[in-house]
Formats: sequence, structure tokens, C-alpha cells
Amino acid sequence: MTLTDASASSSAPAQRKLSTAKAMVEAIAQEMERDEDVFVLGEDVGAYGGIFSSTTGLLEKFGPRRVLDTPISETAFIGAAIGAAVEGLRPIVELMFVDFFGVCMDQIYNHMAKIHFESGGNVKVPMVLTAAVGGGYSDGAQHSQCLWGTFAHLPGMKVVAPSNPADAKGLMTAAIRDDNPVVYLFHKGVMGLPWMAKNRRSIGPVPDGDHVVPIGKANIVRPGSDVTVVTLSLSVHHSLDVAEELAQQGIDCEVVDLRSVVPLDTDTILESVGRTGRLLVVDEDYLSFGLSGEIIARVAERDPGLLRAPAARVAVPDVPIPYARPLEYAVLPTPDRIRRAVLDLVNA
Amino acid sequence: MEPDGRLGLYRMMVLIRTYEETILREYHADKKPVFDIGAGLIPGEMHLSAGQEPVAAGVCAHLTADDAVTATHRPHHFAIAHGVDLDRMTAEIFGRVDGLGRGRGGHMHLFDPATHFSCSGIIAEGYPPAVGQALAFQRRGTDRVAVAVTGEGAANQGAFHEALNLASLWKLPVVFVVEDNDWGISVPRSASTCVTSNALRAAGYGIPGQRVEDNSVEAVHAVAGEAIARARAGEGPSLIEVHTLRLWGHFEGDAQGYRSDLEGVPGRDPLPTYEKELRAAGVLDDAAVSSIAEQARDRVEAAIAFAKRSPEPDPATALDFVFAQA
Repeated sequence: MTLTDASASSSAPAQRKLSTAKAMVEAIAQEMERDEDVFVLGEDVGAYGGIFSSTTGLLEKFGPRRVLDTPISETAFIGAAIGAAVEGLRPIVELMFVDFFGVCMDQIYNHMAKIHFESGGNVKVPMVLTAAVGGGYSDGAQHSQCLWGTFAHLPGMKVVAPSNPADAKGLMTAAIRDDNPVVYLFHKGVMGLPWMAKNRRSIGPVPDGDHVVPIGKANIVRPGSDVTVVTLSLSVHHSLDVAEELAQQGIDCEVVDLRSVVPLDTDTILESVGRTGRLLVVDEDYLSFGLSGEIIARVAERDPGLLRAPAARVAVPDVPIPYARPLEYAVLPTPDRIRRAVLDLVNA
Repeated sequence: MEPDGRLGLYRMMVLIRTYEETILREYHADKKPVFDIGAGLIPGEMHLSAGQEPVAAGVCAHLTADDAVTATHRPHHFAIAHGVDLDRMTAEIFGRVDGLGRGRGGHMHLFDPATHFSCSGIIAEGYPPAVGQALAFQRRGTDRVAVAVTGEGAANQGAFHEALNLASLWKLPVVFVVEDNDWGISVPRSASTCVTSNALRAAGYGIPGQRVEDNSVEAVHAVAGEAIARARAGEGPSLIEVHTLRLWGHFEGDAQGYRSDLEGVPGRDPLPTYEKELRAAGVLDDAAVSSIAEQARDRVEAAIAFAKRSPEPDPATALDFVFAQA
């Protein structure tokens, strides 16, 4: 078994490369082979293979008994996954776009997330809720949100968001094996889809066989000494691109990929900020009351003296994601905005 | 129906009523002189099910602990009829460490894995998980069934309809039970839907639907027997609606000023009605009635005593059980 620790995920030994989508599917298939109780359900997860290719090929391999297409009834099929999990099965249930959570949120936060607690630990809900997040392709305000902060705010569910193929596999394996409900949020922009502008790291090396990335361990994907950039999902790649560019100007960014929002790896963030003295949080979720504020608060609570300059953040400035390309890119955490924020920090 | 079966139904109804009367007593005992919902040995809202005993007794008589029951925010009658441990259930209602949820759930959130019992404080939202339990039973090749309960007000919720549709589509062993007690808190059924019987809605999902009009435990027993046998045989879900009776308020402390049917309510109490019927049939006499009542009282008082003996949870453990430990 390859157990990836906080410092080694994307530097796994060179081998075959997979897209993030294929890496995700590989993890699901391996777990389905390993455990008869693992099954998949959701809209278009069968013959279509998942709108974002998150279940491609599973129907052919495992048949309709283990890969269940559902009607467009998120409340019913997510609730059904909860009931099945309570009875000991290990469902993976796809909520196609995370933006649809409103139609089934009661099942998610009042049932999936609370049953273990309300039962005093006597009932477990071992399930994975997957959903696509993120914008950047003009899908408008109801199909482009990230919303991980919303799930993270409500106790009882783990929340993960991989940025690369190896982590997508490792986090999925960990999520399926976890006895808790895990919300697994995959950004469309990191999936390596043939019909969407691809980030160059959305296809990458993925370990064969068992590969587990522990939930709750951040990854320092680029060490640096001047600024800590804490981020996740697609924004990791924008941040890395900016870091490479600024390195030529002598600015050395450390990029921390959170990988997991709940639990949040506060220690890794503090250690990094302790080294650099500067903190920028890049978050494709909304600015206020969310992840960026949480991270800065944790640093300020633990040791405000770590910061040589006021902490900064680049997030969606509390506006629904606009449709028109220039408007959308004005609010997303683009490399331009990240670069400006880093420069402001080091020049402060 | 055989005398033994009838006696069993009666005994269960008496146990449930005795339980609810005793909880009522304990709930109000230390909330005076001015009613304070958060004060006393049992804090919080309290929704009691007196008058609805026939539904739980009639349905659960067909179930074993392997079958699942998902009840509503008014859950006690179904919990008792399904055989949830009375001591631990009572301790949970009292918020004690020996409670089903170690004091984390309370009376609307009772979870008992031993009998696959759960309930939900959110209207209609207990239906989808019941569908999932039935899915698990079906996948494992068992003849176990899941019973999902709501009130008639919940039949206007999306979760209700989605659950019926999915269960029908996948031919799952679920029996959907609607307790029509005429009132969604203060709103009468006539003000919430034009559908005269929720059993009619079953047709919209291609499943059988039947309404029991008179809150008769034996009628419920008969209709539920068919539905549960059908589910066990792999023939899919059914819907049962029982026109039952909310004898008391929506919650304790509800003055029911809105209620237009109160005058006739005592006369509709199903317990004396059934007792009279069994006496007339020679199944019950004075001695049996008092012995059954006494047994129920003893059992319930023992549960209350168990709950009171159990300590309150240590505040230092308030953060426990959010996540399962690896």
C-alpha cells in the first residue's frame, strides 16, 4: 500500500499518467472490487458515465446492480444512500453539481451529518457524497459555485477537494473507507475533461494499486520562504503558476494544498506561516464567512506574531458567479489577482 | 382475529398510552408555576402520540427487530410498538448518559440500531432514508421491510413524493404509513390539500394505497398485514393512510385555541372503544383490564426510574461523537 504523507503526494514515483477523472474512477472501481458493499448511485452515473466522467466505465464493469442511475430526485436518492449506509452498505452518491445542494440539503446536513452524533455514536453513516464544483467556463450563477465552506460550516461531515489525479485517487479511497460521511468535491477544471480547457496538471502520475491520501493532511506542493499561499482544488494550479513566474523575480512562494477542508490541517498552515511570515489564502468560494476567514482566524488565534504583514485573501467577492466571460474572470481567483496579492504582501 | 392477537394489540396500546401519560406527568411536574419549556427533568419540546396508538400497534405487530421503522417527530408510539428498549429510550428523553443517544438526540431523535429504529424532527425527511434501508435489505436478498411513517401534513412535502417514486421504481420493500390526525400543528388537512385521502396519491406512483377511516387497530392490522406481506414477497411498496386522532396538543403547552373539533375528541379515543369491543367479545374482563394496566404501569415506572437514576452527561464530553473514530 502506498500511504502518501503530507509532503509526498504529487511526487509519487514516475509511472503511467491519468486524468483526475480517471484516477477518481480507478479508486472507486478498486474499492468496488475489494468490497461488495460499495456501490454508486446518482443521476447519469450509468451509461453516461457521469456528466464530468466521474463514473465512466463503472456500469460496464460492475453492472446495474452496483451502478444505479436515479431519477432527478436528489432528496430521495441521497436520503436512500443515507439509509443504505446506516444499514452497513458503503454508497458513493453523486450530486452532479454542488449548486444543487439546496434541493436536498436537509438530507445532507440534518440526516447524513447528524445521525452519528444524535445516536451517541451508535449509528455510523459511511458514505461518500460527490459533487462537481467551480466555474471558469460561463456556466452561470447556478452551476459554478464551490460552496465547500457551507458544508464545512455544518458539523458532522468531512469535506475534501483534490487538486490533482494522484490525490483524487488517494482521497477517494480514503473517503470510501472512512466510517464518516465524506463530501468529495471535484473541480471541473482539474478533471482533465476533453471538452473543457485543461489545466496542464490535470493529467498526471497516479500510483497503481492501493493508494490512500489520509483525510486531514495538507500538502506543501511547492516549498518557499517569502509567502505562504494556502489554497485548494483548481486554485492550487493558478497559485503554482504564479509562484513559478514570481520565482524569476526572486519572490519565493510556498504553496500549501489543503486537500481537506474538514478536518483542516491547521498545523501545516502554522508551520508554513512560521517560516514565511506572510499569508495569502486563495479560495474559489465566497469571501465572507468562509474558508479564507477561517484560516486567517486560526493563525491569528494561535499566534498573530507569526505574521510580518497583514494576512490577505483572494476569493469570490460575495457576488453570484456572473455569466459573461469578462465578468466571471473579474471575480474568480485568477492568476492575475493572485499575483497582485502576493506582490502587495511582499511589498507591504 | 384470534383472541391472543387482539389481546396483544390491546396490551400494546395500553402500554403506549401509559407511557405517554407518565411522560406527560414528568414533563409538567417541574415546569410550574409558569410554564417554562426549557425547565425541568424533561426539557425541550414534547410531542405525545395519545390517540394514535392503533397505527403503531397495528403496523408493528407484523414486524420483527430485523425490520426498520422510521418515525416522525412524534415517535414514541412507534418506538414502543417496534420494541425499542424502553429504559434507554426514556433515559434519552430525560437527556441522560444511558439514553439511546447518550443524551445527544432527545425525544425527536431516537436511534436504536438493535431494532433499526430511527426518527426525524423534519417533516417527511424520514422517508428517503427508509427507502435506503429497504434498498439495503433488497440488495442483501432478505425479506426484511422498512416502514416509513409521516403525518398527513408531510404528504405535501417533496421528500414524500420523491421517496414514493423511487421506492416504486426500484420495487423496494417499503410500507409508507401516513398518520392523518387532521392537524398539521394548527392547520387542518382541508387547508393544506384538496386531495381527500393521501392513499389516493399512491396511484400517482403506481403502488397500492389504502385508507383506514376509523382509527381501528384491527383494521390497521389487517391493511398493514397485506402491505407488509407484499413487501416481504418482493412485490414492492404500498401506502397506508390511517385516519387517526391527535388526542392532545401538537406539543405539550399547546393551548389548541385553533382547534374546532375538540368537543368530539374524547368520544373518539380509540382505547376505551377497543376495550369495550374486547369486553363485548369476551376477550377482556375487569381482572384482565386491571392486570394489563398494572403491568404497563410497572414497566413504565421502571423505565422512568432507570432514566432518573442515570447521570446527566459530563459537559466535558459535549464535543464527542461528531465523527466516528477510525
